Amino acid sequence: MLSSHLRQRMGGLIPHVILLAYILLALFPIFLIVINSFKARKAIFGMPYQLPGSETFSLIGYETVFSRASFQQYFVNSLVVTVVSLATILFIGAMAAFALSEYRFPGNALMGLYLSFGIMIPIRLGTVSILRLMVGLGLVNTLGALILVYIAQGLPLTIFILTQFMRQVPHELKEAARIDGASEYRIFWLVLPLVRPALGAIGIFTMIPIWNDLWFPLILAPSDKTATVTLGVQQFLGQFVSDWNAVLASLTLAMIPILVLYIIFSRQMMRSITAGAVK
Amino acid sequence: MTSPDTRRPFPTHILVFFIPAAAVYTVFMVYPLLDSVRLSFFAESGNSEAFAGLRNYATLLANPLWAPRFWGALRNNFLFFAVHMLVQNPVALLLAALLAAGGRARAVYRTLIFMPTVLSVVIIGFIWQLILNPLWGIAEGMLKAVRLGFLFQPWLGQQSTALATLSLISVWQFVGIPMILFYTALIGIPEELSEAARVDGATGWDIFWRVKFPLLLPTVGVVTILTFVGNFNAFDLIFTIKGGLAGPEFASDIMGTLFYRTFFGFQLQLGNPTMGATVATAMFLIILSGVLLYMFLWQRRVTTYEF
Repeated sequence: MLSSHLRQRMGGLIPHVILLAYILLALFPIFLIVINSFKARKAIFGMPYQLPGSETFSLIGYETVFSRASFQQYFVNSLVVTVVSLATILFIGAMAAFALSEYRFPGNALMGLYLSFGIMIPIRLGTVSILRLMVGLGLVNTLGALILVYIAQGLPLTIFILTQFMRQVPHELKEAARIDGASEYRIFWLVLPLVRPALGAIGIFTMIPIWNDLWFPLILAPSDKTATVTLGVQQFLGQFVSDWNAVLASLTLAMIPILVLYIIFSRQMMRSITAGAVK
Repeated sequence: MTSPDTRRPFPTHILVFFIPAAAVYTVFMVYPLLDSVRLSFFAESGNSEAFAGLRNYATLLANPLWAPRFWGALRNNFLFFAVHMLVQNPVALLLAALLAAGGRARAVYRTLIFMPTVLSVVIIGFIWQLILNPLWGIAEGMLKAVRLGFLFQPWLGQQSTALATLSLISVWQFVGIPMILFYTALIGIPEELSEAARVDGATGWDIFWRVKFPLLLPTVGVVTILTFVGNFNAFDLIFTIKGGLAGPEFASDIMGTLFYRTFFGFQLQLGNPTMGATVATAMFLIILSGVLLYMFLWQRRVTTYEF
């Protein structure tokens, strides 16, 4: 009796053991980088697994990073590119989604299909022509080039998902507003707040690939003045390969903003992936 | 869906709603994709480009300088995809099944397992480069701790192991995405189905494979096509760790790095836009055939059940 009870409890433990082991595998490398970034060079090599103590603590890596690389500039660049792209994607994406969900007109289905073509085809494959276009527009080495490309990249999925959500907004509401003489634009403004949860969720998973992208900053805006954090870190790491303190510090600095955002918004993000998958 | 507009003369507002999104999308995505396809039929001659028919494709597929690079990258890309299919997706399914089995901690587990996925591939690449670096000795030290020190090799530097190691780093980073998709599908399966099977005497193993897995097939399809598109578009990880030459000796070269080198140039190799467009069009065709296969062969045959 006892043994079967015990076996049952052991059986219940096994999933936890496997999951915890996997979590260790997923987080230990990140953890090692972060703790070692706060240590003196000798301790990084001598005692890599120990937390920084009073004797081993050092911020030398961070000092090098801040004196040698324009990190503040990179952060501002990433922030500008991400915020402006995201706000535009959500706004003009919502407009198109509203029109797709609200009006029946010839070509509606075709328009929806056209706009969703980009969900599966990566925009990177058009890079040769994108670069020519940006050269022609005089936008190479500007943040504007990145913003335009990221808007185009983010729109298809945003429109696709928002259209589904906007279809669920009750008709009575819109009809009542129309009877009161509201214009179509006014009705759009009424509907927008109603899909706020969807906007938030789409915002989070549109933001991450923009912040993390290496390809377009590398090709369209590689100058030091326009480098994003991802590109800045990549170039800095290339130059300072042998300065372990600086390498570990710059990796930690690049990870922190996205991890903080992730921890704050992880619940919404999971829910949005869930919602997207169910659709 | 009422249409209040049929009575009005011309629905200007519909145009206003569509124009901004359609314009940016058309100019910066659709046009460049189509223009790249067009460019692949042209070749540089002097300062201008002349129509070259299929000559670029012939060069890419058969020229002794180009063809080994193309076929090598294609082969490596399929290996890269195979590792994801054989390791990433089964591990994701296992983790999802364990998470779906319940427990109060599962939200925390899920959040932690997903964490590497949100980080930049550049960061992940460097982290693993440091961990696997013989100079720091983390990987070697850990193997020694379990008396397997003799197994350690500079995996990222060897021609025979570089690609597999890079694939596993990518798997490590992205396992969170299929895990969440499987998890979502699993918790959507009504408990009554498992309950009924249990009453009939089925074991947990049987229930998973005979009752739940068939219902997961649509998700298996989604995960497969997402993995395929992602893998054939990959670039950042290999560029970060191995540079544009995807060494040693092109052992880790995939379509993304070949595309970059071809059109943008790298070190001694000069960029060639029209050949770059040819590589991009080849990638486009590969991805498109994957998507079409999925839509017509898989999605049509697999039944999706709504609960």
